Amino acid sequence: MSHHIVEVKQLRHVYPDGTEALRDVSFRIHHGESVAIIGANGAGKSTLLLHLNGYLPATSGTIRIGDHPLSKETLNEIRRTVGMVFQDPDDQLFMPTVFDDVAFGPLNQGLTPALIEQRVTDALERVEARELRNKPPYHLSGGEKKRVAIATVLSMLPEILVLDEPTAGLDPRARRQLMALLQDFHHTRIITSHDLDMVLELCERTIVLHQGMVMADGPTLEIFGNETLLAACHLEKPFSMQGCPVCSPKAIRRLPKPQPPLVPPHGDRQHDHAHHLHDHDHHDH
Amino acid sequence: MLAIDGTLFDFKRLDLLAMRESAVHRLDPRAKVLTTLVFIVCVVSFGRYELAAMLPFCLFPIALLALGDLPAGYIARKVLVVIPFAVMVGLFNPLFDRQVILQLGPLGIWGGWLSCLSIVVRALLTAAAAIVLVAVTGFPAICVALEQLGMPRVFAVQLLFLYRYIFVLTDEGGRVARARQLRSCGNKGMGLRHFGPLLGHLLLRTWERAERIHMAMLARGFTGEMHARRRGRFGAGDVLFVLGWSALFVTFRLYNFPQLLGMLLLGS
Amino acid sequence: MHMADALLSPAVGGAMLAATAGTIAWCSSRVPRDLDEYKVPLMGVLGAFVFAAQMINFAIPGTGSSGHIGGGLLLAILLGPHAAFLTIASVLFIQALFFADGGLLALGCNIFNLGFFQTFIAYPLIYRRLAGRQPRQSRLVLAAIVAGVVGLQLAAFAVVLETTASGISALPFKAFVLLMQPIHLAIGVIEGLATAAIIAFVHRARPELVESTLAGRPLGSLPIRGMLAAFALAAVLLGGVVSWFASTQPDGLEWAIAKVTGDTELPAPAHPLHHTLAAIQEKLAIFPGDTGQSGSPAPDNPAGRIDNGLPGLIGGLVTLATAVLTGLLLRSCARRA
Repeated sequence: MSHHIVEVKQLRHVYPDGTEALRDVSFRIHHGESVAIIGANGAGKSTLLLHLNGYLPATSGTIRIGDHPLSKETLNEIRRTVGMVFQDPDDQLFMPTVFDDVAFGPLNQGLTPALIEQRVTDALERVEARELRNKPPYHLSGGEKKRVAIATVLSMLPEILVLDEPTAGLDPRARRQLMALLQDFHHTRIITSHDLDMVLELCERTIVLHQGMVMADGPTLEIFGNETLLAACHLEKPFSMQGCPVCSPKAIRRLPKPQPPLVPPHGDRQHDHAHHLHDHDHHDH
Repeated sequence: MLAIDGTLFDFKRLDLLAMRESAVHRLDPRAKVLTTLVFIVCVVSFGRYELAAMLPFCLFPIALLALGDLPAGYIARKVLVVIPFAVMVGLFNPLFDRQVILQLGPLGIWGGWLSCLSIVVRALLTAAAAIVLVAVTGFPAICVALEQLGMPRVFAVQLLFLYRYIFVLTDEGGRVARARQLRSCGNKGMGLRHFGPLLGHLLLRTWERAERIHMAMLARGFTGEMHARRRGRFGAGDVLFVLGWSALFVTFRLYNFPQLLGMLLLGS
Repeated sequence: MHMADALLSPAVGGAMLAATAGTIAWCSSRVPRDLDEYKVPLMGVLGAFVFAAQMINFAIPGTGSSGHIGGGLLLAILLGPHAAFLTIASVLFIQALFFADGGLLALGCNIFNLGFFQTFIAYPLIYRRLAGRQPRQSRLVLAAIVAGVVGLQLAAFAVVLETTASGISALPFKAFVLLMQPIHLAIGVIEGLATAAIIAFVHRARPELVESTLAGRPLGSLPIRGMLAAFALAAVLLGGVVSWFASTQPDGLEWAIAKVTGDTELPAPAHPLHHTLAAIQEKLAIFPGDTGQSGSPAPDNPAGRIDNGLPGLIGGLVTLATAVLTGLLLRSCARRA
């Protein structure tokens, strides 16, 4: 299927101040795939995403979205096809009410009022935020903001969803709800994140960026199993693959000797796993 | 609490009040804006020494407050903050205008005191009208109404953006100010040497935010023009509201009802 | 610094509102042509920044008191005059609505005083001239202080003119000027210093933000001459209003002048609208005679007449009580409905 593929070839980007954010990035994503782009801070993830809908021009290299190469002429069509959800929903929700925000894209497409109404209702329904429609964005919680931000993109009927750090700043329950939503989407999904547990659940394929280069591209499980690679790219295994810090022999060796009064000799393992996941969420804040 | 946090609280509170459901909330925003303007013009057109004649005008904010089921104490506190300012500007009047023009029993009242009090009452009335208008209409709706009444689109969009990001930036500014305060070891004031970098940082972050917002707009097909969603029809009820109140205001302006009432009560 | 509704006559307030609305319309038509579209969100967010910045105080050196920036000059330096005027206008609009800073009728005056002079006079004619294209730190500070002082002196003088022309305050013109100008000299220096402190920081961190507007033409494609013409027009407009109203009701301005020259005759307040309304009132009077002899000191009472204030006081209190009762009644009705 040549439709809805994202093809990036030898992409290079140099910022005006001389920083080479992307050196040589190539990959190809097929219709319906769910792909994670991971990497340490400053690896070039955000810069890469900003190329996918033409916000930043490539210094060299090409990008194809579906049948169109990215160029000035195809820009509008491509921006409709690629729905971009930004990390901070406050940047994405700039209109007075949720409805206005979700209607912003369709209004720019010049749709009729009835059609806009339909699109907004559908999009809000999709993210389980129908009851928020008349609220102003500053009265929403973090999780609500995130879901509405996704709705603002869904209302344009994109074929490809690009999400930058979708779970950043969410509490565990909001994170869970968002992941369940994303799991149901049939769109081609490109997700960048430091939340590798989410990546493990949502993305069958992972691309690892390091210093502006693709270091690995393959099945997520395989990549997360490769500890040398992860260490070289300043990454760590997702917590759910690290084993229980208390009972896994390797983990015990790494940790300082547990103080007897603090850790019961045969502690509740499940409890400890859950605790760890929780901790991780807080790091994201 | 820092002043900046209190401001944010005020905005949120007024905004939530505007989201309530009531007959006055449901009126077309244009009707409320127009009526408020008529109100203000009538109030400020009173002569310098008039005091009693202005009092019936308080019916308008009080009626909207009641019909909109707004918390009277909160609105009153917000209105009362104008008093110190009004007194400050009016306080010169008794200094320069010492002619007795009113006799209250044995008490002769200088024109200056009367006009000073008149300034305070005007300030209270106009402030009450503005704040009640916001509380029963909501700022975004007022902007849309003004645009429909002829305000340039660019300015309407500017007001809406400003309002949206006041919530984000007062929050951010509050965090910065708090962080400084907590590390200032009791030093109350901040010198210019720290003020510049502190606000400069905030400004740079603000600028970067604007760039990200613009990205988000472009990503959703923004081409330089903000499209408006048509909403609301100016119905018979709205016309009635504007005309009814305006007629009342003009009547209040023409006849000094408190005076008539007082003479009636005193049998003079 | 804010002008208040309570001090304004409808004529002055209306004229300034019209002048401000005209400037807003003009700037609104210029901004999309002059600026990149990305300044749409930038103007909004910078407005919010100024709003937040006005609430962060700094210690004023050597006085023990604290101050904050006004922001008009800062916005002009970052955005250029047109966009800056719209932005500061939007900030003042919100403050008038939410915090009753000044009020809605006074909004025209306030936007004009705090916006126009900073963005269209102080910035293009003072700051840019003094700062030059590639300003050094010291030049930048100097330019900002001089521009801040000039902008606020003009604004303060405008407040005096508007207040005097309105004739609500009894403060004589000369005394008012002597009060306002020195205070605003200090405020202007502080505005300049604080603006310079912020700009200097931004200039070090991201010089292109400050230099891009500096490199641009001062007022878009509009030459200084055209801008001065616009200013002259506004002045004529204001002057026209003042003289119109001085001729219909000479007391307002002449009273101020008389005060300055030492004449102490008590003036009648000046309200053309009041006279129109009074004329209508005569015609419509339901109780002929009553309104004319109303004890509440009607403004056209000849000076020297002493009225009985008792009916007004009693009637006023009863009116207030009635209004509050009506409110309580309406509320209970509304809640039941």
